[in-house]
Amino acid sequence: MSTVAETQIKLTPEHDARPGATVRSWLQDLLPKIVLAPSFAATIVFVYGFILWTIYLSFTNSKTFPSYDITGARAYQRLWRWTFESDPPSSWYTSITNMGIFGFLYILICLALGLFLAILLDQKIRGEGVLRPIYLYPMALSFIVTGVAWKWFLDPGLGLEQTLHQWGWTSFHFDWIKNKDFVIYTVVIAGVWQASGFIMAMFLAGLRGIDGEIMKAAQIDGASTFQLYRRIVIPLLRPVFLSAFIVLAHLAIKSYDLVVALTSGGPGGSAWLPSNFMYEFTFKRNEMAVGSASAVIMLMTITAIIVPYLYSELREKSR
Amino acid sequence: MSAVASPAGQAASGARARTLNRIVIYGLLALFAIFYLMPLFVMLVTSFKTMDEIQNGNMLSLPHAPTFAPWIKAWSEVCSGLTCVGMKGYFWNSIKMVLPAVLISTLLGALNGYVLTKWRFRGHTLVFAMMLFACFIPFQSVLLPMATILGSLGRFGVTLQNATGFNFGLGNSTVNLVFVHVVYGLGFTTLFFRNYYEAFPTELVKAAQVDGASFFQIFRRIMLPNSLPIIVVTVIYQFTNIWNDFLFASAYAGSGDVMPMTVALNNVVNTSTGVVEYNVNMAAAMIAALPTLIVYVVAGRYFVRGLMAGAVKG
Repeated sequence: MSTVAETQIKLTPEHDARPGATVRSWLQDLLPKIVLAPSFAATIVFVYGFILWTIYLSFTNSKTFPSYDITGARAYQRLWRWTFESDPPSSWYTSITNMGIFGFLYILICLALGLFLAILLDQKIRGEGVLRPIYLYPMALSFIVTGVAWKWFLDPGLGLEQTLHQWGWTSFHFDWIKNKDFVIYTVVIAGVWQASGFIMAMFLAGLRGIDGEIMKAAQIDGASTFQLYRRIVIPLLRPVFLSAFIVLAHLAIKSYDLVVALTSGGPGGSAWLPSNFMYEFTFKRNEMAVGSASAVIMLMTITAIIVPYLYSELREKSR
Repeated sequence: MSAVASPAGQAASGARARTLNRIVIYGLLALFAIFYLMPLFVMLVTSFKTMDEIQNGNMLSLPHAPTFAPWIKAWSEVCSGLTCVGMKGYFWNSIKMVLPAVLISTLLGALNGYVLTKWRFRGHTLVFAMMLFACFIPFQSVLLPMATILGSLGRFGVTLQNATGFNFGLGNSTVNLVFVHVVYGLGFTTLFFRNYYEAFPTELVKAAQVDGASFFQIFRRIMLPNSLPIIVVTVIYQFTNIWNDFLFASAYAGSGDVMPMTVALNNVVNTSTGVVEYNVNMAAAMIAALPTLIVYVVAGRYFVRGLMAGAVKG
């Protein structure tokens, strides 16, 4: 991989002995690094430096303003205690429970629905060119717009419930968005609506990449379509499953806007995710240390998922 | 699911089974198309109805007498909190933030990708990996330090203002957001260009070097003219992401007349003074959605390509 760079360096005119030229060729060699340096420096300072800063803050007793006296792991101890405070649930307990419910359902349904739609679309469908963009367009919308649209659609007094009442199904009742026990499931619905089309596109690209010969051979061997998909196609899609999982897991942990726009946090903060917890505690409740600690926990969760993935991807590429 | 995908046993070669199978497939596909289109449809028709029709009519029915009044009100009169000046100012805030942020981050990404593929040095993989990881961090983990820094810069800007009569953009919310979006968008733009240039023939670069072309000449004359597809992908990806951002916008420009579109929309929808005008809210949401929707309709292919490139890292 590095052979390219080595041969390139040799191409610069080293034999030129004039003093000015040496400085110039030296600068020429350095130029690429100088060009890259600002971006790399920005990454070091504003990503890694800031992460360290956040970690530092989480060990202080910062309230409204940052304080820089280390006071130990109090913020983490509080979060740990709150983790088990289920009756009445602490905000942190609600946030991480919601994260579990939302993360699990969101990833599972998006994967299942995405794969299902991709397989359907792969059956030589006329009008595929029309359907695909329809499934995918929600990904172009902001979570705020998605939230506003679904808030209206799921509103018991205005949306789906009222419409079905008008159509004569008067016993229909759907008030999840106002119900503290079910509000998180409305976030799942809106989230799935937004991302599943994209997962479909990923699976479809994967399906299109499968060698047609393998499929034909299996069909000649007498495999039914069901067997064909279960035994051959789906195992071949494993890399797509992995990428899709990474995308979804990372979207799920970062979800913040959707909860705000769709539920305004839900009744009594019942729709909070850790990202909402972080924002509220840091900027509204003046518990900066606790907010920072929760951000660190979010970061560690994502890191645990992403780093092994990136490591294997980059290593594979450089081999 | 499989029952649908499979003809009712491949032994049943009857045309009837196949037709039935096709009907089921098309039926399901149409059903899902309705599921995906419904919220947009409801938003759109509601934005053209009068309040009277919304309260007494059906959510799904087309407007009896379509009116543009909600759109006009959303654009120039709607209240966000106590200020009632419409969305237009916030719309321009977003434009003023998005354009420079997209341009700068795309240009830097192109240069970075060029260096990381054609001018490799020891440790280039590590540098790339570190920039790539930045794409994934939850921004909550940098939110607070950035707020502190932007706050200090703002105070410094006031000092400068007093001393020199000019604050050099320090403390300006739009400048702040441009800066933040460039910094945290660099990972993606670098990734896009790096992967694209990886496949670009290095021989061409070498030949140009032998002919005496400099670093920037090669970039301008050889790399850039051949980068149109990835430039389009990157610009669309960045445009969509930055336009749709809410977290940074609400943290660093969360109130007053400096809010970008997403924050303003959220405030408008949650403004609870007086009667809630759903038609105006929906029109405001449509205005916020239109720029990215138009991009999607015009260049959907590139939009999807960007999402894919952003998904399959490395």
